[in-house]
Amino acid sequence: MSEEVIVASEVGLKNRSIDFSSYAKHGKYLLKGFNKWSQGIPLVLVFFSIWEALPRLGVIDPLFLPTFSTTIKTLFDLTVSGKLLLHVVVSLQRASAGFGLAILVAVPLGFLMGWYNKFERYTDLLVQSLRNISTFALLPIFLLVLGLGESSKIAIIFYGASWQLLMNTISGVKSIDPIYIKAAKSMGVSDWDLFRKVILPASIPSIIIGARLGAKISLMVVIAAEMIGAKSGLGFFIQNAQFNFMVPEMYAGILALAFLGLLVNYLLVWFEKKTTSWKGEIGSSILG
Amino acid sequence: MHYKGTEMDIIVAENVHKKFKLKQGQQVNNNGIISDEIEVLSGFGLKIKKGEFLVLVGPSGSGKSVFLDLVGGLSAPTSGVVYLDDKPVEAPSAKTGYVFQQYALFPWRSALSNIEFGLESRGVVKEERVKIARELLSLFGLSDFEDRFPYQLSGGMQQRVAIARALATKPEVLLMDEPFAALDAQTREILQNELIKIWEGTDTTVIFVTHSIDEAVFLADRVAVVTARPGRIKDIIEIDLPRPRKVDIRSSPEFAANRHKVWGALKAEVNKAQQDWKLAPVFSE
Ligand SMILES: Nc1ncnc2c1ncn2[C@@H]1O[C@H](COP(=O)(O)OP(=O)(O)OP(=O)(O)O)[C@@H](O)[C@H]1O
Ligand SMILES: [Mg+2]
Repeated sequence: MSEEVIVASEVGLKNRSIDFSSYAKHGKYLLKGFNKWSQGIPLVLVFFSIWEALPRLGVIDPLFLPTFSTTIKTLFDLTVSGKLLLHVVVSLQRASAGFGLAILVAVPLGFLMGWYNKFERYTDLLVQSLRNISTFALLPIFLLVLGLGESSKIAIIFYGASWQLLMNTISGVKSIDPIYIKAAKSMGVSDWDLFRKVILPASIPSIIIGARLGAKISLMVVIAAEMIGAKSGLGFFIQNAQFNFMVPEMYAGILALAFLGLLVNYLLVWFEKKTTSWKGEIGSSILG
Repeated sequence: MHYKGTEMDIIVAENVHKKFKLKQGQQVNNNGIISDEIEVLSGFGLKIKKGEFLVLVGPSGSGKSVFLDLVGGLSAPTSGVVYLDDKPVEAPSAKTGYVFQQYALFPWRSALSNIEFGLESRGVVKEERVKIARELLSLFGLSDFEDRFPYQLSGGMQQRVAIARALATKPEVLLMDEPFAALDAQTREILQNELIKIWEGTDTTVIFVTHSIDEAVFLADRVAVVTARPGRIKDIIEIDLPRPRKVDIRSSPEFAANRHKVWGALKAEVNKAQQDWKLAPVFSE
């Protein structure tokens, strides 16, 4: 990776005009990205308007569904006062701890299972059996075994996020075109370099898709886990608001969750584009 | 005692046999005998002189690619030996370079960085790698494209980069498996001209596989004709055209005469291979 970066910067130094035009292109891409994104705005506005109208018109009791404007105001107040931020940070910490652990375990395991057929034959049945149990169904077991503390939450997030990462790493390795391996071997690479310079970069696009799904799952699982046994976090906040009949707060929490999900997703799409820019346009946008 | 070539011979293939075990349930007809092993090369013998441009032609499925893999050390013969510089080939050698029909450029590397690949394994320092790679890019007229990724290059450009990548390590033997087959006719001729010009200035030995007789005659010192599977050398035809090869030699009567000779040797094998395919469904019933 670092070598490519060096090459790129050398090119930049040598050829200034390329640099400028790439800035211009970058700006254009941002604009294009925004244009694409902005086309979704009207429907969201319609959604919010209906939300605003239903309680106002008395179709739904405002006690159960406060107007959108009330919710947004509550969300704003909670944000300004910093009350919500604390919970958001805690949830994000838990989610990233579990997700990070999943990357550390599932990706290397995926490489082993994808590359060594024998290893896969031994492990596949167990993996397939475990993978098809809903993570949420296992939540009580994790709580039972690991208690109500941080470890049970992180463990369940780790568990939920791992499968997509594992599956996508395996399929990434398996779908490498053998011609790349052949070409690399014909140039006399060592085993380690074959892994580092061919197998790893070739499977990155698939792994990143797995990571995007894994991150989404992490967010979902952290909220669920916090609803069952926690004293902080966005899941706890929403649950707590509900128990105490603080309905606008509850909706504000859910709205915050939606924003968070959106933000994380855009971050990951951006990361994916950045790391797989060598694939050209089509490859990265199909699953965007 | 092994029969080895003279010191003029850089590659000697001696009574090489190659069989592949098929997957469970798969069968093949080897000269009327049904078997679960496919015999691809049988008694394949060939001596290639140092610095010569040898072209292999033969029907599809006759084992040409399999033979190149043996020379490249990417797979081992079932029996028999392939010598490179008098030593049996057991693993990919630093002396060989390989160019594939599908280019096989690493899509995550720029053109420049693709060319550096083989040099990295040989421990060449960054500065030197970049210098060598840039020289090669300029040789192929691609200096302005060094930072491009393969998907941003045309097929012809990609194959130029792939050839440059194979040449970067200064191989003594260059294996080229239908390198121009995926290109349009014009680009193909242009690349043939470029290749022959570059090669004529080196002492690299080339083994080049093609299905185009014109390409074979234009490039080769000798054309080796491989039989239908199981493959062995049927005939070797000396191409008596002067070097350096001029572009307009293609329309000369001498060219046509050489072309005729090669086709004469090849025709029967191609027909045989076609017969084989026609019979195939009957045997797989
Ligand atoms: N790994 C393998 N397992 C089984 N059979 C194989 C394997 N590799 C090659 N073969 C068989 O060996 C035969 C020769 O293959 P090869 O690719 O060398 O042919 P070729 O002469 O290069 O043909 P073409 O001109 O079409 O490229 C084919 O029948 C092919 O099916
Ligand atoms: Mg072939």
